[in-house]
Amino acid sequence: MIDRETVKHVAQLARLGMTEEEVDIFASQLSVILENIAILQQVDVSGVSPTAHASRLSNIMREDISQPSYAPEVLLANAPEQEDNCLKVRAVLEES
Amino acid sequence: MTELYQLTIHEAGELLRRRQISSVELTRAHLDRIRAVDDRVKAFTLITDDLAMKQAGEADRRFNSGATVSPLTGIPLAIKDVICTKGIITTCGSNMLKDFKPPYDAAVMERLNAAGAVMLGKTNMDEFAMGSSTEHSAFFTTQNPWDLERAPGGSSGGSAAAVAAGMAMGALGSDTGGSIRQPGALCNVVGLKTTYGRVSRYGLVAFASSLDQIGPFARNARDAALILQAIAGPDPRDSTSSPDPVPDYSAALNGSIKGLRIGVPEEYWVDGTQPGVVKAVRDDIEKLRELGAEIGEVSLPHTKYGVPVYYIIAPAEASANLARYDGVKYGYSYRDTSDMWEALEKTRQIGFGQEVKRRIMLGTYALSSGYYDAYYKQAEKVRTLITDDFTRAFERFDVLVSPASPSVAFKIGEISDPYEMYLQDIFTIPANLAGICGVSIPGGFSNGLPVGLQLLGNFFAEDVILRVADAFERVTDYHTCWPKAV
Repeated sequence: MIDRETVKHVAQLARLGMTEEEVDIFASQLSVILENIAILQQVDVSGVSPTAHASRLSNIMREDISQPSYAPEVLLANAPEQEDNCLKVRAVLEES
Repeated sequence: MTELYQLTIHEAGELLRRRQISSVELTRAHLDRIRAVDDRVKAFTLITDDLAMKQAGEADRRFNSGATVSPLTGIPLAIKDVICTKGIITTCGSNMLKDFKPPYDAAVMERLNAAGAVMLGKTNMDEFAMGSSTEHSAFFTTQNPWDLERAPGGSSGGSAAAVAAGMAMGALGSDTGGSIRQPGALCNVVGLKTTYGRVSRYGLVAFASSLDQIGPFARNARDAALILQAIAGPDPRDSTSSPDPVPDYSAALNGSIKGLRIGVPEEYWVDGTQPGVVKAVRDDIEKLRELGAEIGEVSLPHTKYGVPVYYIIAPAEASANLARYDGVKYGYSYRDTSDMWEALEKTRQIGFGQEVKRRIMLGTYALSSGYYDAYYKQAEKVRTLITDDFTRAFERFDVLVSPASPSVAFKIGEISDPYEMYLQDIFTIPANLAGICGVSIPGGFSNGLPVGLQLLGNFFAEDVILRVADAFERVTDYHTCWPKAV
């Protein structure tokens, strides 16, 4: 149901690195899961609106007033790499 | 003689207030109990002894100085490692967050701290709360105190096992598809999944945001009510938290369920449920009838779609929530490359375990172009039908009753097929999809292993299901049985 190419495509969308062995495992496991889920297609949902969440609330608003927040050092304490109170990332655009 | 670790929260609270015991003694008794049995049960990922003794000392000062105390002041509790604790490692059962120290406390921790509760440590769980056995923890598998070869259930298996074995008087867990109720059932403790919006999710590491809720574990309904009272209520930092007033849960436990209408969903007696579980729950229903409840049959016709809907919606939300783990802001980071994309992909490949990857893959697939309408949109619509089933049922009934799990505790390693494991939550998932509350309570034994009785209530009817649970406990002694394996 799910072939190796689809697994690789989805893994790429999810930015999930994967070994060739894992591609095989996921292809077979995801196929089994999707076969079990397929009964959903039998349900007549005409005229039924979707439920996105179980909350009975919508659009809770607050006053747009600035609030005290955390010091940058506190929020950066778990960062693997930082510089000048900023997160340091690898180059996104580089001259080739 | 009753050991200090065997006391209920109510009993201990009474002794603390009369100053017949101190919180330091009570806390030390639990830390001793952890030292004595947790090398076999493995419920805790972290034991916070120093913090616990400090909090216990503060609680004792409150009692001695006549300061305001709450029913949880000085009471030692365990916290599932999915709940952020300021400056204290919160792993979520994952290598991705193995060294993560949250910069803030979850809302529920602020409330427990304000109540003067004592934190004993953080408990083991399936990675990112994805699983039903704790076998998907990146660190180790927790063992069921009733039989150490068996799983405690999951994902909140560490919290359930800690309470069952007397290593904590109560605990917090989280329930996205049954992660409080199923381990509660398998470990013979009370596990309450709160109504969506009853308890703030601020500081709960997100798995599936439209389903996740925090709730308590305890050894009886009255104790669960005390913990719920402390953590329930609105929080401006969680826009889905409800402004509805929080009732006095303890006051609701008046022992009477005479005339209460209890529905038995016919679809919850499916093939594959163990005969011992069916028998125990049928007997329990007779006891509820003897207590004066009006028992009737009810149909929830879309029940069989619960697991399939869940395994579209929960992974879809998880795939979005877990996109944040990129090795840049916090968490595990693959350093051995200068290429941005390779770093990102390797970080996620190495940092996440197999079940988490499976769900990210499933969720990404269901949301991807060409499949969105067929899977995700369809699942959202069937979710509406499942919710409508409950709406109709609660027009005729106050509470619904069923087994909490189709089986008693299974052996570690026994369930290797992912979808078979997913079916563990067949009776618990629909409540999460609808957002209603539910509790699993000790409902008997089958071959010496605990059977959980599930009571489902309408939105914000925690007081009603706890009243039934408490009334049931008054005429049964299942909840007072101690596991013999530890």
